[in-house]
Amino acid sequence: MALRELASLEKYLGLKKPNKYSTQGDKKIPVLQNNSPPLVGLVTIACHLVKESNHQELLGDTADSRAVVQQWLEYRLTRLDIYTKEDIKTVLKDLNLYLQDKVFLAGNHVTLADILIYYGLHPIIVDLAVQEKEEYVNVTRWFDHIQHHPGIRHHLPPVVVLRNRIYTSRHR
Amino acid sequence: MKLFVSEGNPHCLKVLAALEVTGVQCGVQTVSHEEKVVPFLSRPALPALLLPSGQYLFSSNAICRYFFEANGQECNNLCNQWLEWETTVLQPALLQTLHMAVLQGKGSEASKVLQSPLNVLDQSLSKGNMSYLTGEAVSVADVVLWGTLHPVLSDSPSASSEHESVRTWFDRVAALHSCQSAAQKVLQGKGLQAMKSYVQKQPAPPSSQCRDAQPCNSSPAESEEGERVVSEEEMEAAVNTWSKGLNSTSLAADKQHPILPQEGKRNVLVTSALPYVNNVPHLGNIIGCVLSADVFSRYGRLRGWNVLFVCGTDEYGTATENKAREEGLTPQQICDKYHAVHASIYKWFQIDFDFFGRTTTEKQTEIAQDIFWRLHQNEYLVEDTVEQLRCEKCQRFLADRFVEGMCPHCSYPEARGDQCDKCGRLINAVELREPQCKVCRQTPVIRSSKHLFLDLPKLESQLEQWLDKSTSSGDWTLNAKQITRSWIRDGLKPRCITRDLQWGTPVPHPDFREKVFYVWFDAPIGYLSITANYTKEWEKWWKNPHQVELYNFMAKDNVPFHSVVFPCSLLGAQDNYTLVNHLVATEYLNYEDTKFSKSRGVGVFGDMAKDTGIPSDVWRFYLLYVRPEGQDSAFSWADMALKNNSELLNNLGNFINRAGMFVTKFFEGCVPVMDLQREDKKLLALVGWELQQYIQLMDKVKIRDALKHILNISRHGNQYIQVNEPWKKIKEGDPERQRAGTVTGVSVNIACLLSVMLFPYMPAVSQTIRDQLNAPQSCIDTMLQGTGTFVCSLSAGHRIGTVSPLFQKLEADQIEALKKRFGGQQPEDEPSNKKKTLQNAANAQPAVAAAAAVGVKATTSGGVDPEKAKQLTKAVAEQGDKVRALKAQKAEKDVVAAEVSKLLDLKKQLALAEGKNPDPAPQKGKKK
Repeated sequence: MALRELASLEKYLGLKKPNKYSTQGDKKIPVLQNNSPPLVGLVTIACHLVKESNHQELLGDTADSRAVVQQWLEYRLTRLDIYTKEDIKTVLKDLNLYLQDKVFLAGNHVTLADILIYYGLHPIIVDLAVQEKEEYVNVTRWFDHIQHHPGIRHHLPPVVVLRNRIYTSRHR
Repeated sequence: MKLFVSEGNPHCLKVLAALEVTGVQCGVQTVSHEEKVVPFLSRPALPALLLPSGQYLFSSNAICRYFFEANGQECNNLCNQWLEWETTVLQPALLQTLHMAVLQGKGSEASKVLQSPLNVLDQSLSKGNMSYLTGEAVSVADVVLWGTLHPVLSDSPSASSEHESVRTWFDRVAALHSCQSAAQKVLQGKGLQAMKSYVQKQPAPPSSQCRDAQPCNSSPAESEEGERVVSEEEMEAAVNTWSKGLNSTSLAADKQHPILPQEGKRNVLVTSALPYVNNVPHLGNIIGCVLSADVFSRYGRLRGWNVLFVCGTDEYGTATENKAREEGLTPQQICDKYHAVHASIYKWFQIDFDFFGRTTTEKQTEIAQDIFWRLHQNEYLVEDTVEQLRCEKCQRFLADRFVEGMCPHCSYPEARGDQCDKCGRLINAVELREPQCKVCRQTPVIRSSKHLFLDLPKLESQLEQWLDKSTSSGDWTLNAKQITRSWIRDGLKPRCITRDLQWGTPVPHPDFREKVFYVWFDAPIGYLSITANYTKEWEKWWKNPHQVELYNFMAKDNVPFHSVVFPCSLLGAQDNYTLVNHLVATEYLNYEDTKFSKSRGVGVFGDMAKDTGIPSDVWRFYLLYVRPEGQDSAFSWADMALKNNSELLNNLGNFINRAGMFVTKFFEGCVPVMDLQREDKKLLALVGWELQQYIQLMDKVKIRDALKHILNISRHGNQYIQVNEPWKKIKEGDPERQRAGTVTGVSVNIACLLSVMLFPYMPAVSQTIRDQLNAPQSCIDTMLQGTGTFVCSLSAGHRIGTVSPLFQKLEADQIEALKKRFGGQQPEDEPSNKKKTLQNAANAQPAVAAAAAVGVKATTSGGVDPEKAKQLTKAVAEQGDKVRALKAQKAEKDVVAAEVSKLLDLKKQLALAEGKNPDPAPQKGKKK
């Protein structure tokens, strides 16, 4: 999973030749092989790729926004990669409140935080019921925005955030 | 800029140290753990940093990073990598350690959790040969890791005795003045205990849950509630009841059909969601509706209520038409065929319907059309036009699943009428490019078609008024209330009640000829029409809300149709209909951690259960034992065998068999004279209390919870026999012989009570027990009256019948074979297992460390050894029996503990041999 995210990120960054990866341990932590010494960990590698690609702005353009980007990258690792049903609710509730007055997670343009939180949130959003999507409307709005941001979605299917059907599926 | 910290919070160590090391100017405020500093987080998160821009950072590492960057020290790759490792590996391990050490006082076990991360750190430090983690100068990584490790490494040098490089590095960082002062501020020299109040407020770390821990299956019966203290009054009351004897009048006389509501009785109408005819029901369907409804109606009859239980197959709709086309039969033939399949499955499961009907009947047409005309007259129907695809060759409008074409978004050529399988977008069938009729491959045309809609918004206020009353006075399950509330909250919209199909109840309105009712409108009317096929006086049940109480049983996906849509139809029809009083919805039953799936051949379907050789009663028992009541639960073969062997065989069956055998062997088959002593009276009171609990729970349809009290009674009984040893006393002098008689007599009477309480759950076993005891029929009518009356129903001199064992052991190899046959083991990368796998992965590391610590060869990568697993499964089962036997005999604590730890070791080895993650938390016990 993490490897596909990194492959998509590479495409988004416009990196010419794809890097070589492997994974480590049961958690399948990604390892970047063609670096000496090899780099371990999703966020570490992602930050490295961004620096390589000269898209430094993806890590934030002020000290404050750089810190906020790092904050959300850490959030991705601690809250989205390991969760229970109850956690999901808290995560969505908190993000919904946070995104109430924001277009992006940090600053005024898309950052690595948006990309990796979007990847991490995708399996959760896919499972949401229509009502829940409406309940977390700010998250849904942000999510839809990011999935339509050119070049980010790549390996993931788009999620329909609103549906309006005449016939609902039958009652069981 | 302001930094918020709290005392005794280990995360504050690093931020305070980082602040001082970097010399950044920033105000510090100490607040309590519970203070909500960050406005958008629902749980308090400390430390937190308010940035000059007004934004908040709420994790300690991001804060440390910020201070270092403000001081001109940016993170390089290596530094990033350490911080990520700290977040994902070290911190979780540390929190678990603190939890164990501070709250559970398990210092030595706790340090094992940290072994593996410390090994990693040690190797890296010794290989790198640098003073600090990322070079010769202190970096943010050093401060962060120091802060995390300080609580465990500062006090006990021994904790890192094997990790020389870690110790050297740690002492070097700890010697920094900034670190020392941070430690003083946060812990105030109190060490680990300073963190107690903080750790208490944190949720228990996830790694203390083992892979196979299914909270819902963790046998309700095994939870010990401690010894209940019985008062003198309770004992006296119990003895009074006991000596009352059996009722002479028989309440639950044989059923006289047709059952009709009676004046002065509690008239209870029970329905189970109508199973859809074209599928064989799986275990989840069975527990969700028919079985739960069966248990409740059997119980109701024992209580003396006047119960009618109806159900039937739901037969109209597209799915039946499809199936008919597939099998080359007519829809009617399909329905006939599968109706018989359903009926025979429910018969095998001993579902005691008063009537099991179907929806494709004259009565259905009559009643559905009557309700339709009433809604029409009362102006609750509105007309609207819908654009649809029509196949001219087949002469019909095409339902979504009958059209295929090119996706308008991604040009995938085989998109369905409702959704594209490739891009996942939802499609309106008329948007498809080059649409084709799936039956004849002709190109359909777009036609508009007039439809009727039920005007739910117009009925909303009536509905809400009724809902308020019904949900507050009746027993609605929590999920039923929640789902209903969310529907109402989202606002009701008109719902189309007609469809362009042939297989359905015809719409009688001349403008809508050739249309039928949409199944959601039609199917619930089946309850009424099925009752009408049972008795022509059906209206006494269905148009009689003052005399009749209606219980609907279903799985949660069916709730809105029973709580919102169908009540609206009935309210709008205005004919004094009986509306649901108690809506009982279950959650989902999973199969061995995955879903039941016919197409993948996963799971047990109704028709296969009898081929397993396991009796119907045992199936019923286990399904009810794991009934998804309040939360999802899972069916597991191993668990089923375990519950059969431990609860049915060793607890319940063992007790009833012993009681009967003592009468047969020591007293020539006649119940001996009972001279009640204090101890016996106490037991009567205890059993009486369990009986009361059972009745209270069953009255509220808590079927799974009530079962636990049956098992508690036989547990009390086993202890009672064990302590009094009648088999020894019988060989001694007269007073002892008399004592043996009393104990035997009381026990066999408890067995008789158990047979009555078991009746709703295991009807065949219940009957067998009463046959073996030759119990009078009236005991069934007596025991469950009022709040519960445990009377002496087998008095001295009563001759019992022939006693024989009730249950058989389920052997491990038998269960293994069944598991294989029904596709129990799913590959780990199955999508439905994804979340589970993530959670497991999170537990993997400490688990391996724990396993290594007890001297098990930890083969993490594919060390699956089926042969060894088989041996170990057997060993685990044997050891389990041994432990249970010891517990039942109330053996010495130390002895039991020693055997339990052996058992846990074996289980761990078994998990490893099976290639699973072993349970890392042997402390998951009953005592704190």
